[in-house]
Amino acid sequence: MLRRLCEITDPVRFSFDNRPITAERGDTLAAALLASGVETFRHSVVGDQPRAPYCLMGVCFECLVTVDGVQNQQSCLMEARDGMVVESRRGGRQVLQGQS
Amino acid sequence: MRRITVAAELADHYDIAIIGAGPAGMSAAVEASLAGATVLVVDENTAPGGQIYRAVTRHSRGHDDVLGADYWKGASIADPFMAATIDFASSTTVWSLDPAEEPSAHATIGLTLAGSARRVEARAVILATGAMERPMPVPGWTLPGVMTAGAAQIALKSIAAIPEGPTVLAGCGPLLYLLASQLLKAGADITAVLDTADAGQRLRALPHLPAFLGSPYFAKGLRLLVDVRRQTRVISGITDLAIDGDAHAQSVTFRRGRRSETLPVRTVLLHQGVIPSINLASSADCAIRWNEHQRAFQPEIDHLGRLSVPGLFAAGDGAGIGGADHAAVEGRIAALGALSDLGLITQGEAETRLAPLKQERRRYRRGRAFLDILYRPAQQFLSPPDDATIICRCEEVRAGQLRQVIELGVPGPNQLKTFIRCGMGPCQGRLCASTVTEMMAEQRGVSPAEIGTYRLRAPIKPVRLSELAALPQTEDAVFAVTGRRPEPSTNPKGPNL
Ligand code: FES
Repeated sequence: MLRRLCEITDPVRFSFDNRPITAERGDTLAAALLASGVETFRHSVVGDQPRAPYCLMGVCFECLVTVDGVQNQQSCLMEARDGMVVESRRGGRQVLQGQS
Repeated sequence: MRRITVAAELADHYDIAIIGAGPAGMSAAVEASLAGATVLVVDENTAPGGQIYRAVTRHSRGHDDVLGADYWKGASIADPFMAATIDFASSTTVWSLDPAEEPSAHATIGLTLAGSARRVEARAVILATGAMERPMPVPGWTLPGVMTAGAAQIALKSIAAIPEGPTVLAGCGPLLYLLASQLLKAGADITAVLDTADAGQRLRALPHLPAFLGSPYFAKGLRLLVDVRRQTRVISGITDLAIDGDAHAQSVTFRRGRRSETLPVRTVLLHQGVIPSINLASSADCAIRWNEHQRAFQPEIDHLGRLSVPGLFAAGDGAGIGGADHAAVEGRIAALGALSDLGLITQGEAETRLAPLKQERRRYRRGRAFLDILYRPAQQFLSPPDDATIICRCEEVRAGQLRQVIELGVPGPNQLKTFIRCGMGPCQGRLCASTVTEMMAEQRGVSPAEIGTYRLRAPIKPVRLSELAALPQTEDAVFAVTGRRPEPSTNPKGPNL
């Protein structure tokens, strides 16, 4: 849903739901995903409805994703990094064995 | 500036801790460090600048000048900040603020940085937490493809990206037109700007017009309006707005008088002004008051930015909306206030330096009332009439449910929260608090001042249990929870809890 005005010059590569994503070094994860055509970041906890970033500034918590196995990360407040494994979420937080 | 990237690099103790690295926080930090105070600045975002000067240290000017000269002014605040002798922790979330229990003691801040929590002490804390956009609950506002105007501006500033496809801006306030003009310049496909401002406010704002004519914002604002109207369709007097789509926004339907119209969209950008982010001040039990002109709650501060709780200060939009230039001046004022309270500068010195700053602050405040009253959002966008509209995005509580519970006579927002979980999701009421207050006030026919707002408690941002558990604990705390005294050797050293 976002279109970059400039070409990427210093790329970082990571994945979102197994899909390869390229972003500019220093981009926030949320902005990078939006600029790669990702429309739905997660499904809401109560009604299972599609959601995506609303504020991009840490207020709304609509941008929550799982990053390298850690759930409920605000993607608008973190930088996209090489090799990140990012996953969308369905529903609430799961209690997984062996996870903090 | 020393950049802190892991919690272990933080000192246990600072003279002044500043929360937020926007214009207010950066200016406060520079002022405090010049006087020789030890200063820690923390910010949630990946770089300094706040929202208004977001990513100003990342780009060099000329990269693209759609943002305009006002944005690049941020560099003149950010440059001395980057050069100042301070500790700066970005990507750091503050989740608690405990004021000093007695005078001359320290306040304690709980924060998380790179996955580890830490508690840090400070003799004075300046809250420069800035503003957030006032929520604009309309049917369909939770669909992907709907963002705030501020979010689109953040995308433009931080990654030089614009919304794709036909885009509609809807709402009211100066930022809506500023963003429209920036996006048009950058080549976005803006189909229309739907202005929801209440025409009746023009008359009410009129008495404040003379003061506004002398404000630095007058000419700028006028130029902006003309510029946007020349390039896209601006429709004023919108009384009704709804966004439709399955898994993504597809169309916007709006009503103006008796005529209604539907436009196809890919992106909808909503905005109806900004309100102070008061969560941290409120959680520290600082007095909060209703500002009728700005239609929002704000912490009570004195002329030096002192909050009602000793040792705590606030500056910038987080203490009442005044804009970026005003925030920068307030940051310096609060820093001087803190320095003189801590005895790091003499009172005489503080007064000499405060005089011109206070004058400057008066200048930036001139004419503010005109803008505030003119752009007061229309009632139906403060308190949505359609029962199906989602008010609490996290817990998916709709307007109809809220009205039913208010009808039952629930005493206030806090009880309402426990009854139907409105405001209990991860955003902790940030996206519903103002609407809940407005709806209760409307239904009871009283002022929002009488209704109040959610009482907030730490942690004000979600923090993982493993982070809390990893914090150093005192013997007493361990005993209180486990009923056992820890072995002396297993008691890690750390700041007192
Ligand atoms: S998009 Fe709102 S918190 Fe990240």
